[in-house]
Amino acid sequence: MALSWWAHLWSVLPEIVLVLAAALMMAVDAWLPEGRKRELGYWAIGGMVATLVVTVIQAAQLAGGIAIPYEAFGSSVRADLAAMLFRIIFLLSGILTVAISMDFRPLRQSGEYYTLLLISILGMGLMGAAVNLVTLYLALETVGIALYLLAGYLRDTPRSAEAGLKYFLFGVFSSTIMLYGLALVYGFTGEIAYARIAQALAGLPAPAVMAALLLILVGFGFKVSAVPFHFWTPDVYEGAPTPVTAFISVASKAAGFAVLIRAMIEAFPTAQGNWVAIMAALAFVTMTVGNLLAIPQRNLKRLLAYSSIAQAGYILIGVAAASPLGVAASIFYLGIYTLTNIAAFAVAVIMTNVTGSEEIRDLAGLSRRSPGLAMAMLAALLSLGGIPPLVGFFAKLFVFAAAIESGLLWLAIAGVLNAMIAFYYYIMVARAMYVDRSPEEEKPVWISRPARFTLWFTVAGVLLLTVLVYPLYLLAQMAAQAF
Amino acid sequence: MVPLSWYLLVAAALFCIGVYGVLARRNAIAILMAIELMLNAVNLSLVAFWRYLHPAVTTGQAFALFVLVVAAAEAAAGLALIISIYRNRETVDVENIDLLKG
Repeated sequence: MALSWWAHLWSVLPEIVLVLAAALMMAVDAWLPEGRKRELGYWAIGGMVATLVVTVIQAAQLAGGIAIPYEAFGSSVRADLAAMLFRIIFLLSGILTVAISMDFRPLRQSGEYYTLLLISILGMGLMGAAVNLVTLYLALETVGIALYLLAGYLRDTPRSAEAGLKYFLFGVFSSTIMLYGLALVYGFTGEIAYARIAQALAGLPAPAVMAALLLILVGFGFKVSAVPFHFWTPDVYEGAPTPVTAFISVASKAAGFAVLIRAMIEAFPTAQGNWVAIMAALAFVTMTVGNLLAIPQRNLKRLLAYSSIAQAGYILIGVAAASPLGVAASIFYLGIYTLTNIAAFAVAVIMTNVTGSEEIRDLAGLSRRSPGLAMAMLAALLSLGGIPPLVGFFAKLFVFAAAIESGLLWLAIAGVLNAMIAFYYYIMVARAMYVDRSPEEEKPVWISRPARFTLWFTVAGVLLLTVLVYPLYLLAQMAAQAF
Repeated sequence: MVPLSWYLLVAAALFCIGVYGVLARRNAIAILMAIELMLNAVNLSLVAFWRYLHPAVTTGQAFALFVLVVAAAEAAAGLALIISIYRNRETVDVENIDLLKG
């Protein structure tokens, strides 16, 4: 079937708008006088909102059946609801990240920062849409290189430079191991498009497929920070500028899951019996190790790093379920996790601006110092912990239900036990805010306007989406049918 | 003609040397070089697979070209990060780059 040029462009329309926005950022940076660099953030938000509008219209057309899913550019990218929903997640986290970046003190406002951020979102959009190995690798590296530079963006801060270098070395090492797996798959099948790989793999000996699959999983495991590929996570999260950490912890992880789900289900359906066992083991180890290592942490960003490793474990449960329900549950979880984790990081950014440190003990007395901020953090922590009225509870409920439906009852039980461990360290943070006293309780906390927007938006999402759980879940389910 | 398995064995050996280099070397630039070695091993196997098994379509060649481009971009970003850490710490030895721990 020959596609019209418009159909080709339509499949990557959000990326086209993002490239234009990124180019515009450089021009605006050159044009704005030195004292007005802060306005760059509004330009970046403008560019992403424009992209978001385009993406939402496309998603609505796909969801409403006006447009049908198809593959463009010779089976390079697929335009379907899942790709669009993932793009919406990336763009939302990008917008919220820029809003907390604008007044983050250590960060020098510059066009490069926002350009790199836009480029990484572009790559993530392609990661979610990629349906062949070359596109997958290129998209993964586009995201990777932009994020390595963002993590090391505070050049004069030794910690940030170190975070950038560590992220780079771990990232390039694991993506090269993945690339070797991709090369083996190409060699075995002669194909790079997922659908044709799946057909060609059917006739191959299982150990060969397994070897390639394991190599590929190293790269994916790094992206989603699954144990045992998580060693970079706490160091990079601690050293990188806090808004960048927020972005890496949600958008980069979601992008990793987007490629993981698509590649596993579309390219390796024949090896499913094998990879379900691997995913289940990864999910179990990831959530357990993440939660146990989070308990002794004293630094808020390191605690959130281990918490995000554990969250990746819960999402992997949905992938291990390998069913439409499991995929829908994973997408739903990622959307909710994005909002919740950015809320927690927004509080970290605001507190860093005020106290200059990121220790949990510096949150002491926050409930008296700024009750609203403490409430926001509490809502985020309880939702991450999965406490019933909040929306995080439903996210966990769906992945556990998917595991039980697929016969992985032990994994669901392990998940519930893990949620209890996690509750302990979330409550420790809440205790610092509500019970501990501090001599600085009288000093007010300054919250900039854009950061206030991020807080309101994310906390409203955490509290109010509970009533919208059903329609959102239906949406995730429609997206999951694309696989 | 040299059989395909020879190329694949050389590529696998190169890849393993690269992995060893990444794990054993302490100089960040040496680690970067070891990663380049791994990328070249991948390219060698891609081109050999293409020439011997799937010569009709040039996918393997194109893939190898893309890998070259990505390798160049990675090297540029990596060297920039190494320079920024050298200016801060006066060292590129990863054993001494240890502010983040816990």
